[in-house]
Amino acid sequence: MSQIKHIAIKEFKDYFISPIAYIVIALFLIVTGWFFFSTFFIFSRADMRDFFSLLPIVFSFFIPAVTMRMFAEERNVGSYETLLTMPVSFTDIALGKFFAATLFSAAMLLPTLAYPVFISFIGDVDLGPVAGGYLGALFLAAAYCAMGLFASALTRNQIIAFIIGCALCFTLTIINRMLFFMPPKIVAFIEYIGASSHFTNFSKGILDTRDIIYFISLICIFIFSTYIVMQEKN
Amino acid sequence: MIDVQDLTKYYNDFCAVDHINLSVAPGEILGLLGPNGAGKTTTLRMLTGYFRPTSGRISVKNLDMPKDTLRIKSLMGYLPESAPLYHNMLVYDYLVYVARIKGITDPDKQMERFRTLADLCGLSAIMDKPIATLSKGLKQRVGLAHAMMTDPEILVLDEPTSGLDPNQIAEIRAIIRQIGKEKTIIFSTHILSEAEATCDRIIIINNGRVVADDTTANLKHKGMQNSFVRLTLKGPDRKTAHDLLASMDPALDIRPAEPKEEGLVCFEIHPPDNRDVRSDIYLKIKQTDWVIMELARETQALEKIFQQLTRQEA
Repeated sequence: MSQIKHIAIKEFKDYFISPIAYIVIALFLIVTGWFFFSTFFIFSRADMRDFFSLLPIVFSFFIPAVTMRMFAEERNVGSYETLLTMPVSFTDIALGKFFAATLFSAAMLLPTLAYPVFISFIGDVDLGPVAGGYLGALFLAAAYCAMGLFASALTRNQIIAFIIGCALCFTLTIINRMLFFMPPKIVAFIEYIGASSHFTNFSKGILDTRDIIYFISLICIFIFSTYIVMQEKN
Repeated sequence: MIDVQDLTKYYNDFCAVDHINLSVAPGEILGLLGPNGAGKTTTLRMLTGYFRPTSGRISVKNLDMPKDTLRIKSLMGYLPESAPLYHNMLVYDYLVYVARIKGITDPDKQMERFRTLADLCGLSAIMDKPIATLSKGLKQRVGLAHAMMTDPEILVLDEPTSGLDPNQIAEIRAIIRQIGKEKTIIFSTHILSEAEATCDRIIIINNGRVVADDTTANLKHKGMQNSFVRLTLKGPDRKTAHDLLASMDPALDIRPAEPKEEGLVCFEIHPPDNRDVRSDIYLKIKQTDWVIMELARETQALEKIFQQLTRQEA
């Protein structure tokens, strides 16, 4: 357990040592801020529904960029060897890196807490959906981090890791909108697989155990896959 | 201390390590010698738990891999080839991270350990520098500090001196010899003189197989069998000199060699029974008015053995 903590702290600090953190956070805030507020005053509703509906698609590009270096860079530089020959297990490494990435995603979301504060000045904000939305955003970010981590473990090339990560996250994001093209028999299944519908429930302020279980199982599946890839590659 | 049986590693179809057996006694300095691509690094990587062997058994202090891999890892300190470290960290931050992972969480104990390591590896001046800005030799020292963080019983060093300048090589060797007094050390190298100077025992690997496993002294002794005397004379022409030398003992194998300067005559004299013929030669030449420019016994001890063992296999 303490090994996971040490690795997570180190990886989290790593983001802020290099310029990555500042660039990614700034870009994230610009993109979401622009798309959210460009239509915000047209609808004149004091809620954050549009912001949360943006998140799945924005996350599916930003989170793979956050996670792409986690394994790929270590493999490329060779520090992976130093790390693996210290008394840590594959599980420690995978979980440590996962928590670091999730924590970073949370740090990325942190400045957006200013939105509900400012919106509350101009109208009555219903706090339920906002709180649910942030909780859902954390689950969504964690699930995408697990996928990005898996993509990073597959290769030593960061660009390939980014593209695979994007492909995975993007598929889960938009698959709900593809239901029209699916055979009727699997529509229900596909609808369950897609991340957007589960996330939308959160952002409506609905805490459904089915959605929580969905995200947790997604995280477990991809961390376990990462573990298997690590084991197979050595 | 370390016992390895039938260790084999395949990369797809390529056999990098082929049924290697070796054992290391406590306190021994073992040199793993071999040409590039012989399987040294692969062997060490399996020994340190980085690679999973295709087959074979590794046990360290009665702990078995892969069951006790974590405990074995904590007994060992490992310096990978060319010391790959986290480039964006400061040396101090990196050492703190390593100390925490290796179980030294108490700040006082950390400081105490860092002081010892900084003295041993000469890190005091670079503690606050980013690792990316360090020279290769300094990185190697940080890597060595990383390996010795918990004062482990076993140190595994993969080509610790490769790519360093002669001064740095001497420093690293001195460190190895100093810590080798109380620790078990396995290190790989392709530099013969290095193995000769530092190791108690040498294992030569070629094409993934052990081709020689003996103490350094024994290997050297075997190499002595190939000794010869190098003689350079000023004065006579080649023919007269050769005749005079041949008159000493007809069994001597006298081969002409290329002199280092103009106007000299040079021979390599191989005595049949491997005895030292230098005094005989001196006494003989003393009777003439020739000048001896060079009279030396050369052994080529390890080089010869190394070449024989690794060439015939290739």
